[in-house]
Amino acid sequence: MDVARYMKNEKGAVEKVILPSGIEVKQRYGPEDLEAVGFDYAADLGEPGEYPFTRNIFPGGYRSREWTTRQYTGFGTPRETNERFKLMIDHGQTGLNVAFDLPTQMGYDSDHPLAFGEVGRVGMAVDSLRDFETAFAGIDLHKVGAGLTINAVASIMLAMYQAVAEKLGFDRTKISATPQNDILKEVIGRGAWIYDLEPAIRLIGDTIEYSMTTMPRTNPVSVCGYHIRESGATPAQEMAYAFLIANAYIDEVTRRGYQAEEFVGRFSFNFNIFGNLWEQVAKFRAGRKVWARNLREKYGVENPKNLMLRGLFAGGGSGLTKAEPENNIMRGAYYGLAAALSGAQSTALCSFDEAYTIPTPRSALLSLRTLQLLMDEVGLRDTVDPLAGSYFIETLTKQMEEKIWEEMREIEERGGMVDCVASGYVQRKVAWQAYEFERDLQKGELIKVGVNKYATGEEEEVDLHEYNESWAEWQVNDLADLKRTRDGAAVRASLKELERVARAKENIMPALVECCLAYATVGEMADVFREAFGTFKEPSIF
Amino acid sequence: MSEHIKVLVAKPGLDGHDRGGKVMAIALKQAGMEVVYMGLHQTVEAIVQAAVQEDVDVIGLSIMTGGHLPICRKLMELLKAEGVEEVLVCVGGVIPRRDIPALEKMGVKGVFPGGSKIDDAVAFIRENVPARVRRA
Repeated sequence: MDVARYMKNEKGAVEKVILPSGIEVKQRYGPEDLEAVGFDYAADLGEPGEYPFTRNIFPGGYRSREWTTRQYTGFGTPRETNERFKLMIDHGQTGLNVAFDLPTQMGYDSDHPLAFGEVGRVGMAVDSLRDFETAFAGIDLHKVGAGLTINAVASIMLAMYQAVAEKLGFDRTKISATPQNDILKEVIGRGAWIYDLEPAIRLIGDTIEYSMTTMPRTNPVSVCGYHIRESGATPAQEMAYAFLIANAYIDEVTRRGYQAEEFVGRFSFNFNIFGNLWEQVAKFRAGRKVWARNLREKYGVENPKNLMLRGLFAGGGSGLTKAEPENNIMRGAYYGLAAALSGAQSTALCSFDEAYTIPTPRSALLSLRTLQLLMDEVGLRDTVDPLAGSYFIETLTKQMEEKIWEEMREIEERGGMVDCVASGYVQRKVAWQAYEFERDLQKGELIKVGVNKYATGEEEEVDLHEYNESWAEWQVNDLADLKRTRDGAAVRASLKELERVARAKENIMPALVECCLAYATVGEMADVFREAFGTFKEPSIF
Repeated sequence: MSEHIKVLVAKPGLDGHDRGGKVMAIALKQAGMEVVYMGLHQTVEAIVQAAVQEDVDVIGLSIMTGGHLPICRKLMELLKAEGVEEVLVCVGGVIPRRDIPALEKMGVKGVFPGGSKIDDAVAFIRENVPARVRRA
């Protein structure tokens, strides 16, 4: 289900509306509804910028601080990607969100047989620090933070980011990287996993522990409800599962003797926006509340700064359609509106042509402009949490909060998130929901304009991004050149130390930084882990 | 209908976006077919080997990265080398319309780009499954 299930009477009037998360929407709302859900102004809303943060994590909302715009960007070699980064920044984009190609995400160098045909295709190819030096050249890393959309080898990329920043003359205590670094959601929904779950979670713990002392402005994990929803989860499950995954990472670090208070303030999230506008707004308002309460009650976190749900609330690809692709421009605008009404701190949109391939400069800039004009042209900065006090929104926020807790309890009663992912329980559940969605779409119970209503069946011509095979050739040649010219003994020594640390269960990060500085490749480092940690086996879900 | 149709569903290559592959696996099972779901990160060699070992009637691939032409070319070559080129091959995913003739020329019979209906894919398999493998 996308927007809602609409049940109609024989005259075609809507009689019943059920949101994807399972909440029924009434025809009208009044004060009696607030009473029925036990709404309490002080406890449920409070002030913006104060616990439980329902209204916003900042008192001034967008008055004090516009949202950060972070379009997902990267393709070809680091040269093409650097050019595109600069194009976006020149047009006013305020953050980066780096797309890596599949070989890089899977820990293979560009010259690996499995990388054939994939180098630079869906993101930027990165083999060594040399590539990061090119990719980030001329960008002020004190001013612009970088999301790194990478998971299984996020520890390697975070080490490489520190190495490049210091090489380019930036202070590691002032740079702000946000590696996605969420392996549990990869297993649920995006598939870029490599290592066994236990060592994979240990690596995440290492990055969190290391960032605390070494890169205090870095957000070492960005837990992605986003991809779980793309895989078929409901909005309530999207929040619930993300929070339980975040708890699993907290547990990994507190087992090492730290208090959650010391590190959880740097946790970040990535959530998805498409479908029902009201449900999205209620989801984020309820989500901020659930996360704050979860941290306070389960982990004893007290400092309000550490209780804030920070992150990227981004327009989702699942809402976009391949048919009549330019309609996706309008869809994106409404997702951006939902993000703003939800108090998104950072945001991005899928571009209108992304049902086909990665965006062209034109479509990427259209997405950026959509977000910029929402901030400046329609009054969304005027007041914080503008929908607060609506009988409907407040009732729905309370109901969503209850739903999120309910979904969390269901998983906890089944042994917790790590077990439910290892066994395939969560994957099975969301895959079935995805199937039901397709069935409803096919039956016409769910409407997509231009797909199953008002469809013309005509094919539209849009200019698409073209993959250039010379990028792969350039990248492979450059890698060969690197391997010829780097100090082989230093590389071998750094990899040997990495292997020792991996097996000794010491924090992996200092050794990774040394490997990066010696120009060891991503594939070489990832292979050390493959050897030491073993690889993950997908549970059967059928 | 008493025929028994056995389908291998796999995702070749490094991409992990498996919603489409899983939805099709469920849909085929719901339609009464037997599904062998290989899961993620498969090589073409492993897919062909599994198809032979499992004696499947149909191979369904889900490809989102744009690599469908080289992947399918290799698959068809290997199927031929194994002498099982009569297996019905279908591909779904992010596939531009302009590539469909090239896929069909290679011998890929069913191409289902994003936005295709699951029932159409199920019906296509029923109608096109090779006669020699129709079992009672």
